Amino acid sequence: MDLYEYQGKQYFARFGIPTSPGGTADTVDEAVEQAEDAGYPVVVKAQVKVGGRGKAGGIKLAANPGEVRQAAEAILGMDIKGHTVHRLWVEHASDIEKEYYASFTLDRPAKLHLGMLSAAGGVEIEEVATTNPEAIARLHINPLDGLDEETARRWVDAAGLDEAARDGAAQVLVRLYHCFVEGDCDLAEINPLILTTEGSVHALDAKVTLDENAAFRHPEWEEFAGTDTEDPREKMAKEKGLNYIGLDGTVGIIANGAGLAMSTLDVVNQVGGSAANFLDIGGGANAAVMTAALEVINSDPAVRSILVNIFGGITRVDDVANGVIQALASVEIRSPIVLRLDGTNADAGRALLAPHLSDRVLAEPTMLSAARRAVELAR
Amino acid sequence: MSIFVDEKTTVVVQGLTGGQGRFHGLRNRDYGTKVVGGITPGKGGTDVDGVPVFDTVAEAVDATGAVASFVVVPPRFACDAILEAAAAGISFIVCITEGIPAQDEASAYNRLVREFPGARLLGPNCPGIISPGKTNIGITSGDIALAGGPVGIVSRSGTLTYQALHELSQQGVGQTTCVGIGGDPVPGTNFIDCLEAFEADPDTRAVMMIGEIGGSEEERAAEYIGAHMTKPVVAYVAGVTAPPGRKMGHAGAIISGSQGTAQAKMEALAAAGVMVTANPTEAGEKMVEIVRGLS
Repeated sequence: MDLYEYQGKQYFARFGIPTSPGGTADTVDEAVEQAEDAGYPVVVKAQVKVGGRGKAGGIKLAANPGEVRQAAEAILGMDIKGHTVHRLWVEHASDIEKEYYASFTLDRPAKLHLGMLSAAGGVEIEEVATTNPEAIARLHINPLDGLDEETARRWVDAAGLDEAARDGAAQVLVRLYHCFVEGDCDLAEINPLILTTEGSVHALDAKVTLDENAAFRHPEWEEFAGTDTEDPREKMAKEKGLNYIGLDGTVGIIANGAGLAMSTLDVVNQVGGSAANFLDIGGGANAAVMTAALEVINSDPAVRSILVNIFGGITRVDDVANGVIQALASVEIRSPIVLRLDGTNADAGRALLAPHLSDRVLAEPTMLSAARRAVELAR
Repeated sequence: MSIFVDEKTTVVVQGLTGGQGRFHGLRNRDYGTKVVGGITPGKGGTDVDGVPVFDTVAEAVDATGAVASFVVVPPRFACDAILEAAAAGISFIVCITEGIPAQDEASAYNRLVREFPGARLLGPNCPGIISPGKTNIGITSGDIALAGGPVGIVSRSGTLTYQALHELSQQGVGQTTCVGIGGDPVPGTNFIDCLEAFEADPDTRAVMMIGEIGGSEEERAAEYIGAHMTKPVVAYVAGVTAPPGRKMGHAGAIISGSQGTAQAKMEALAAAGVMVTANPTEAGEKMVEIVRGLS
């Protein structure tokens, strides 16, 4: 789950990572109130989960209440790469001496934590990464060893940060590492990490991605719930605990396993159709999950046919069949359903479904034939 | 021959008394796997359909001499279960658990490497391993596999592993071993480990590889194939139509920018001499052609 900048900064605060004083605002008046609290001059920043806000005009400097009003009016409601701005972050504007970059993530091939630190931070960091990779000091950390202040200090030296920033940066890095590990982040990134003209080091932005598999030990993540998507279909799926991503096509997809679900999208595409969604009902899917999945797909007005592609392993096909039967009884499904069922208990599942087959509920023997039929029906 | 496991491999099931553990553990036994025990703390001394249950893996190993473990426990206990197995001297650990926090997985993997270098972990979040006619450790349905070889299968996706087995078995083409390595960020066993083993196995004469978007495992596998494999390889990579920047289910299936896209992976594999196909059915067809062409 990606956090908004303001959520990321609130998360950083839990780990003692310094940020500028500020607060959120959903209206122009609130923006002015926050500016008064933060102290002028302030920066008014659009809260959207997409990069390039500054270039799109979503970040503005304001020296007085009039300018805050002007900035908030311009930014609220603005569309940035398909994301509408509903919320602002208003913070005290820092006097920036230098901009750095710092992040922690998992290096999958190395199977170690990877810290990246650069004295050349700011908006162009991705360009730096490609044109001048030596400008980024990489540090691999074995999760069993962690990161201590001494190592962090050597790393800061190696990255060539300004002398005045070195102690502060080392401290921030250790805290950011704690945030990454104990905070169960897939990514914890600060860009820019700044050195102010007064000599302090703090985070001017926050990019945090949380590992949802760790949600069980983070009750505090509750406050982020429901803020990570604007798509009503995705919201509904999330409430039902489904792994769903909304797309633009007309064939609703239900499959088990991320690989099979992705492959189903690919095959629908290859036979001339387009998927309305990605939906992985996962391992151990039961009747309740299947019913929920059909309800979400059914709520999508663009869907004209539904393709259920199940290859049972841990998922038992008879459970899936029962789910389909229950859903048919409880929900009025608008679109025809094409089912392809194979794997664990497939014969039992097919036998259960047989009496329910019709021109609205069809069975196909293979993934390819099922995709073809579903695409035909969606035309 | 088979890789990693065979008909002599003795297996304990960690979590045998749970719903999933019982279903799959007993199904593995019924397939012919030597399931010699189960582990559930507090339930030692009982049995599950005749399979003795122990409180700890160490006790189970003492009593049965088991060499492999099948871990079927909830995410928050899975890493401890893996490490307990390794500490008890188990050398091959299959973990099917889905949803383990990435930080836990990274720590457990590094602990295995540092403290138990003799232990191999398959998974987590994988379907397991099956050597048709010999043994089945995991959640793969045994009836979709066909004994006798000559194809080895390695796959990052669970359900696509079944699809691959099914495509071949339906055409009468058997498998030596089918390994599901799982789609999590820190897999214990990767493509290269399996490709290496298949290359060394005289009974395996061709390899089918199923990848998916995200990470760089397929690209690394392509390098290995180009440099070391003499046996033909057919590949399919899922996720050509996946929208960029979205996480599609697996922690592993993330793409950012052009890195880790299905396209990039397919190009890397094709450049290494792999026959790259557009969907699982086509992969099956190509493999059948190759096998029929072997003398």
